[in-house]
Amino acid sequence: MSENLIASTASKARRLTDEEIHEIEHEMELYPDKRAVGLEALKIVQKHQGWVSDESMLAISKFLEIPVSDLESVATFFNLVYRQPVGENVILFCNSVSCWVMGCESMRSHINEELGIDFGQTSEDGKFTFLPVPCLGDCDKAPVMMVGDDLHRNLTQEKINDIILSYKERK
Amino acid sequence: MIERPLTKNIDMTRPPLAIADYESNDGYQSIRNIAKGMSPSDVLQKTKDSGLKGRGGAGFPTGLKWSFVPQGDDTPKQKYFVVNADEMEPGTFKDRLLMEGDPHLLLEGIIIGSFAIQADTAYIFLRGEYKVAEQRLKKAISEAYDKGLLGENILNTGFNLDIIVHTSAGRYICGEETALLNALEGKRANPRSKPPFPQVSGLWGKPTIVNNVETVCNLPGIFTYGIDWYQSLTKGKDHGTKLFGISGKVKNPGCWELPLGITIRELLEEHGGGMQDGLELRGFLPGGGSTDFMLPEHLDLKFDYDDIAQAGSRLATGTMILLDDKTCPVGMIGNLMRFFAHESCGFCTPCRDGLPWVVAIFDEFCKGQGTRKDLEILHEHVEYMGPGRTFCALAPGATAPLGSGLRYFSEDFEKLIKD
Repeated sequence: MSENLIASTASKARRLTDEEIHEIEHEMELYPDKRAVGLEALKIVQKHQGWVSDESMLAISKFLEIPVSDLESVATFFNLVYRQPVGENVILFCNSVSCWVMGCESMRSHINEELGIDFGQTSEDGKFTFLPVPCLGDCDKAPVMMVGDDLHRNLTQEKINDIILSYKERK
Repeated sequence: MIERPLTKNIDMTRPPLAIADYESNDGYQSIRNIAKGMSPSDVLQKTKDSGLKGRGGAGFPTGLKWSFVPQGDDTPKQKYFVVNADEMEPGTFKDRLLMEGDPHLLLEGIIIGSFAIQADTAYIFLRGEYKVAEQRLKKAISEAYDKGLLGENILNTGFNLDIIVHTSAGRYICGEETALLNALEGKRANPRSKPPFPQVSGLWGKPTIVNNVETVCNLPGIFTYGIDWYQSLTKGKDHGTKLFGISGKVKNPGCWELPLGITIRELLEEHGGGMQDGLELRGFLPGGGSTDFMLPEHLDLKFDYDDIAQAGSRLATGTMILLDDKTCPVGMIGNLMRFFAHESCGFCTPCRDGLPWVVAIFDEFCKGQGTRKDLEILHEHVEYMGPGRTFCALAPGATAPLGSGLRYFSEDFEKLIKD
């Protein structure tokens, strides 16, 4: 790849906000080298921007002096780094074994019917993205799911209706 | 006498104890005992003598693991203590309870372990999804710094320690200790080749111990109440208490701290309340998704490392997942295979290509479209992805429920063969 092409790609980086830079710098104090902060930086940017765009990837790569290919190999590896836009609320739906035994598949169908989305999709109003997640570690209260940072346990169809409604009403 | 050292402070109807209340219930007493004049090698020896075995899955003796860390002036001064808090084994929900319920207990254990191997930095590698645990651990860490139990010259011992919470972002493979170290270094979390083992060359090439949350939480009791007390807790051959869990269709699913060596039946009937009405037990995974199935005939075995091994399975995490007679074993195993296929890091061929193949076959069986040839292929994969054939333990873990399931529930597979 020519140096010109590398330079023109790098120039597509967006400018990190002061807040993002401040938070990334705080993380840098906790690790002996900058590369270790890569995942943290991705998560910080995602917290502020909702997801990690190519422009954000380039910006983090430049800021931490990590090759963007290395950063991408980390970003695409982890379930919770979103490389495409997601809805306002991400539903992390546990479909591992205990939840499966306790009937999570019918809960999945119910969410599918209520929101018109299946795994990997975002609702038309942009309110919800529906994703599967490996065992959430709350198996005695299965089926369970997270919406944003909140855990919801012992799911039933009625409970799911209430949960969806409460997030729809949030601003 | 303290009978529930891991959970004595835990009451999930209220927030965890703040440091003052924690201390007034013998909290951080172990650190004060050590500060009275124990050397790191004394701490190591006592941990060995206690008989504590790792609670994360492998059951390796903790003191022995620590003893592989090179000590002395000609060894790297920088060492690390890392807590594996990336709980993601299917059906396992014990470390969440410990961290949300009593975060100071984990910190106290970390101080002991770090002192033993002379690490001045400890990382807690925490699941990103455990938001409540993250917030509670960070609060507890800040309280411990304020009290001089973390930071420089802890209790005038000359020992310094910082504890840092690292939150991950998903992926089961990070529970494998060398993958965890790569993740912590900011790399793609593929497992590393061993040797060198992390105890010699771990985090950033420095000697590193990785211990599970529950293992570390055993340490404060040992150094507060002593080895005689610790060894009196058990009802079996192995020492201490264990968090046991039950998920699936019992009347009262949950997680309890009980002596090692209670019978499986006692756990299931007295604590789990028995099966839900109208259901019979057909089988169970005793310690998470990567353990071999056991059967109702095994219920009177003791829940400890040896007895479970005699039945061809593993104690592992001690959290049972139940299969009842109205749930399809083929569907249940298929669900596990999908999990392992999804969580494969993709580095080695048997795991990356074998697991999706197995999943595709399970999909056919679940539609009643299995063939004899498919069944043969499933049996072959128990070999192809078994121990020694793969780079790490992920795919061999998957073969545990697969192989035992094919053996114990062969009729159910037969029924799903077309024609």
